[in-house]
Amino acid sequence: MDVVQLQSRLSEYLKSLFNDGTLDGQFLQLQQLQDESNPDFVVEVVTLFFSDSEKLLDDLSSSLEQPNVDFRKVDAYVHQLKGSSSSIGAQRVKNACIAFRGLCEEQSIPACLRCLQLVKQEYLYAKNKLETLFKLEKQVVAAGGSIPSLDAGS
Amino acid sequence: MIIQFGSVEMHLNCTLRGPDGRSCSGSRMNRGKEMVRRMGMGQRKRKAVYLLFLFVVSGMIMGLFAGFSFKKVFMVENTDPCKPCEESAHLWVEHLNVSKIELHALASFFSESKQAASIQCTKETGPEEALVNGFACFLKVEFSKFPNIVNQYTILKEVASWKDQCPARNSSILWTDSSLFSVDEETLDFSALSLQSAFNQHFQQESSEMNPQGSQPNYFCWTLSSCLVLECRWVVVGIAASFIVLAISWMSPRGQGLKAISLVLLQHWQQNHLRNSTRSAGNWQRKLLVAFVLSGKLTSGWLLWHLNEKANLRREETLANMCDERASMLQDQFNVSMNHVHALAILVSTFHHGKHPSAIDQKTFGEYTERTAFDRPLTSGVAYAVKVPHSAREEFEKHHGWRIKKMETEDQSLVKDNIPEKLDPAPVQDEYAPVVFAQETVSHIISVDMMSGKEDRENILRARASGKAVLTSPFKLLKSNHLGVVLTFSVYDVDLSPDSTPEQRIEATVGYLGASYDVPSLVEKLLHQLAGKQMISVNVYDTTNGSEPITMYGTGVIDTGLVHISNLDFGDPLRKHEMHCRFKQKPPFPWTPVSASFAVLVITLLVGHIFHAAINRIAKVEEDCHAMMELKIRAEAADVAKSQFLATVSHEIRTPMNGVLGMLQMLMDTELDPNQQDYAKTAHDSGNNLIWLINQVLDQAKIESGRLELEKVPFDLCSVLDNVLSLFSGRSNEKQAESGIKTKEIEMAVYVSDKVPQVVTGDPGRFQQIVTNLMGNAIKFTNDKGHVFVTVHLADEVQNRTNVKDPVLRHSLNMVEDTSDATSNTLSGFRVVDRWKSWEKFEKLNDTSEPESVWVLVTVEDTGVGIPLSAQNRIFTPFMQVDSSTSRTYGGTGIGLSISKCLVDLMHGEIGFVSECGIGSTFSFAVPFGKYQMHPEDSKRQSYEPNVVEFKGIKALVIDRRSTRAEVTRCHLQRLGVLVDVVPSLQSAKTYISPSCGSREFCSYAMVLIDKDDWERECFLGLVSLFLNNGDDSRIKVSFRPKVFLLATTIDNHELPELKSIGFIDNVLIKPLRLSVLASCFQEALGHGQKKFADRKKVSNPGTLLKEKRILVVDDNLINRRVAEGALKKYGAIVTCVGSGKDALRLLHPPHDFDACFMDLRMPEMDGFEATRRVRQLEEEINSKIKSGEASAETFGNVVLWHVPMLAMTADVIQATNEECLKCGMDGYVSKPFEEQQLYSAVAQFFDATGKGSNPQFAVLWNVADIVLLLPRDLTRFGGLVILRLNKKFGGWWGEGIHMGRTSCVMNKQAGES
Repeated sequence: MDVVQLQSRLSEYLKSLFNDGTLDGQFLQLQQLQDESNPDFVVEVVTLFFSDSEKLLDDLSSSLEQPNVDFRKVDAYVHQLKGSSSSIGAQRVKNACIAFRGLCEEQSIPACLRCLQLVKQEYLYAKNKLETLFKLEKQVVAAGGSIPSLDAGS
Repeated sequence: MIIQFGSVEMHLNCTLRGPDGRSCSGSRMNRGKEMVRRMGMGQRKRKAVYLLFLFVVSGMIMGLFAGFSFKKVFMVENTDPCKPCEESAHLWVEHLNVSKIELHALASFFSESKQAASIQCTKETGPEEALVNGFACFLKVEFSKFPNIVNQYTILKEVASWKDQCPARNSSILWTDSSLFSVDEETLDFSALSLQSAFNQHFQQESSEMNPQGSQPNYFCWTLSSCLVLECRWVVVGIAASFIVLAISWMSPRGQGLKAISLVLLQHWQQNHLRNSTRSAGNWQRKLLVAFVLSGKLTSGWLLWHLNEKANLRREETLANMCDERASMLQDQFNVSMNHVHALAILVSTFHHGKHPSAIDQKTFGEYTERTAFDRPLTSGVAYAVKVPHSAREEFEKHHGWRIKKMETEDQSLVKDNIPEKLDPAPVQDEYAPVVFAQETVSHIISVDMMSGKEDRENILRARASGKAVLTSPFKLLKSNHLGVVLTFSVYDVDLSPDSTPEQRIEATVGYLGASYDVPSLVEKLLHQLAGKQMISVNVYDTTNGSEPITMYGTGVIDTGLVHISNLDFGDPLRKHEMHCRFKQKPPFPWTPVSASFAVLVITLLVGHIFHAAINRIAKVEEDCHAMMELKIRAEAADVAKSQFLATVSHEIRTPMNGVLGMLQMLMDTELDPNQQDYAKTAHDSGNNLIWLINQVLDQAKIESGRLELEKVPFDLCSVLDNVLSLFSGRSNEKQAESGIKTKEIEMAVYVSDKVPQVVTGDPGRFQQIVTNLMGNAIKFTNDKGHVFVTVHLADEVQNRTNVKDPVLRHSLNMVEDTSDATSNTLSGFRVVDRWKSWEKFEKLNDTSEPESVWVLVTVEDTGVGIPLSAQNRIFTPFMQVDSSTSRTYGGTGIGLSISKCLVDLMHGEIGFVSECGIGSTFSFAVPFGKYQMHPEDSKRQSYEPNVVEFKGIKALVIDRRSTRAEVTRCHLQRLGVLVDVVPSLQSAKTYISPSCGSREFCSYAMVLIDKDDWERECFLGLVSLFLNNGDDSRIKVSFRPKVFLLATTIDNHELPELKSIGFIDNVLIKPLRLSVLASCFQEALGHGQKKFADRKKVSNPGTLLKEKRILVVDDNLINRRVAEGALKKYGAIVTCVGSGKDALRLLHPPHDFDACFMDLRMPEMDGFEATRRVRQLEEEINSKIKSGEASAETFGNVVLWHVPMLAMTADVIQATNEECLKCGMDGYVSKPFEEQQLYSAVAQFFDATGKGSNPQFAVLWNVADIVLLLPRDLTRFGGLVILRLNKKFGGWWGEGIHMGRTSCVMNKQAGES
């Protein structure tokens, strides 16, 4: 495939991610932090985010299944998740986490479980999208093109 | 009822008096008392209404009762006269009887006397005439003998003629007369007595006639009508009164009344603090009301019964009176004629049986009886029958020539045949009573044997046995077919003693005299004579046979309810007669009692309703009162919450604002060019102003509660005004930017009279507040074009209108006087109102008693929309705007003017305004300031900027056709020490600076200021050429040509370069003119202090700050850590990451290897706060060790005080977190994820732009107080956060000075002291 075509596809795809709210400006900032000295910064961070998030989600599920739910613990997990998601700019995960934290304060287990489900969903969605994005990027790089940068405003 | 009212009133009084009597504690009570006092008038009025009401009602009721009782008395008085009437009637009857007896005696006297005269008399004139004459003669003699009797007679006659006189008087006179007669009885002769009796009788008739006519019906009518009228009047008065009271009570200002009641209740409630007390009182009142209504109903019922009863009684009495009167009259009449019959009997006895031969024959008897029939008006006829024993029948029949005949039937009523001859002869009996003499009318009964009729026989037998008149039972008379009775007298041949036995009497009987009475005609006649015959119907009965009364007179009985029965005594003890009287009409409907009782009922119900309504109202008000109390408590709670909220919010706003201000202060301390300096200063001032506005809101409350205290510090009036101007110039610029094409061309200017001292003592903040408020309003309400002109004068300057020296004032005065040229002299050329009027009403202005104070008069003049006349009186009311609707054109809270007024009042000054719709408003206020003695250092201080001195002595030329505006410019230039000349136009400027005036003078002008309005290029070219020409002069070089400034309110972006490109304009001064702007502009243009400032724009990139900095990032989140690391590395920092607070603590040990630390707050095990606290603790220990010499500074890298900058990384940037950060020893925060600007501003505090490590002084400042004092200048450089920290640390020491943003000033002061 043509490099230019690939590049435009990539940028289109990235745009769509912004448009549907999966990502926000923070991701762009992250991209900007990537330079020669740190060529795989974004992938590295995002991969970290994936593994970390999966661990957190597992922890959340298990702690919510326990007979006596320690909501402080749950809150801490969600906080963590929220922090990491906002760091990479996974906006929808972040929003779900914010809602989750609100529910944690109410200490309602069914609501929390529902919300956990939502967070998981959002996470998987974001993961999917990001992986696709990285695949595209790799293709672009493999094709010998540079990854196009996107204005935060667009 | 009255007692009830009284008690109610007393209850009210008690509740009123109660609280006053007690000593009240607590503000509520006091407030209540105050209200009571305030309500005094209304309450008194209310009370008066109550009293009036009670008075009217009680008076009304009393009146009603009085009316009844009065009537009663009246009735008694009226009924009294009847008694004497009756008495006198009885008296007359007695007299009549006496006279009867006497006549009887006279008859017997005549019969027995042998007086020749009398015999002669009878012989000559016949028996009847003789009798009459005899009477007359005798009377004559007697009258002549007793002249006094004659007198009495005439008197009586007169008395009788007094028809109008009261019957009582007549009767009393009569009484005395009759007593007189009775006294004289012995001396009087019989005839005198008889005369008197005759007169009495006559008089009785007359008087009785007169009595019923004149008195009784009238009396009855009168009492009835008067009662009605009287009662009606009372009822009407009562109803009217109650309605008036009702109306007053309802129509009286309801709110006031309610207030009064609620107040009373409130006090009552507060006094008792018991709800049920009033409730029980309410119940008690309710019961009382019910009792009252019930009693009212009972009263009305009783009244109805009572009045009705009384009316009935009266009716009965009337009937009884009338009936008795009729009965007695009937009886008397009857008796009179009976007496005549008796007399006739005696006559017969005397002249028929006593003479031989008999002096009387049928003819004589018939004639005599016929002629004397007038004396017996009631008899239809008299007849005389003689007693004939059977033995003498033959002889008798023979003597008379006819046979004794028998009555046809037993029942005489059936006798129809008038011819006695046809009758059968009487059957054989022991004795007979044939009629021998008869009156002409009954002559047909001659020769009829009376003994043959059963009734007559009985009559005869009874009559001769008793010797008295005897009556038959009524029967139908022969001719008239009327009912009649026959009266029978027996005639004796000897004079019998009164106590002779019946046998003797029977023995002595010689004959019988009978008279038939026509009862109906008798009664008819009688009744015709009496009045009131229409009113009553009379029936007369013979009740001898009690079970079967025989109707003697009267038609069918109509039962009208009321019957009065009077007994009639016709002299026959065996016969009983009764008279039954009835009213012809049924009793009329008892309107009077019904209306009276109805009125009472209505009044009762009305009063009841009023009280019921009052009680209900009281209950309702009580409830409302409780509700209000609850609401009040809630409102108070809300008030407390509000104050807390205000305090919190103001604190919360001040805190970050201090940061802003600190930063600005810091910025201003760096080297800025004048423009930047001006911007920064404006920003700083605006920030100050924001805080100050927040304070203003708090102030309003403070002022209202009287807790505001004014400062007394020396300040520069002009700089204060400059501050205000700069504040608004920024704002108006913004406005212009927003409004787009059509810009607001408001010219703002401040003019300070040169008489006003530069420095005065007072409260600059408050002064500025007032001016800002007024100016803010002026700008707000000035549309598009016009001006806002602030002038400051001394009050003394406006004292005398005729002697005004100040040019601006003079202009304004001229403008008013000369309206034709109104536009030219004002600041912007628009018409303005007469500012002189705005302080016309000031009273204290002329008060120069305090020599220590300076009265400063500030006037803010605008060309706005003006205030409509209707709104002018409420302009100083808080939160009140001319147009309060939501769709109003102008926003704002409306608090400004109110605060201004409060502040002016607080300063003991005065504020006023004059406004005209469409022209504008002028607000003036005059406040006294303290005089200030200039000290040498003050004069240095007060000079606004050090370089002001540079302009001293420079000459400037101002070209402006508007003199007022020119004066303003002059005023400002003079403050800089510039000498100013003013010319109205370029033309005149030309002449002014023409060579003829001397080039030397001209060349001394260093600058020329031209208003944009007067800017005409062509003309100005000429002027410039003039300058240039002069420049050709030997000594003056072109480079020395005066600098030309253009004064403009606004200037387009493209206009400015254009102007500048021509080369003549050195700079454009944007109005409003301010000292700082002027100074900087001149400085730039004249080449003073031209410095090259480094372009600092690029510094704003954090990269320059963070390059090569060793930074520790502490975060438990790997991703965050990674991102932060990446971000910081990008800026060139050397980043070390750790994942927990403990690891951070291990690394952060003095001597620090890091220039800064970014710490996450929420971490497991040890969070950011704790870690920071530990680090600070450690630093503190080491610092103190170094200080005390325990550890050498060398060990710690030659740093005296260690303080590593620590910044929190937090996602939620809220105030609480921020404060928490500062509390635990952090230096600030950065948002997470990093934002470039925010990161820069956060680290900029710590890293020099030149970037050589952290500032050691910074560390010093953190910890040691006394060092801070030594380094005040550096302190200010660190900006808001540092100031905040200091504020915290030394809060009690200089806290107050910092919070208003005057940090540097205070610090300077402190530094000076230490």
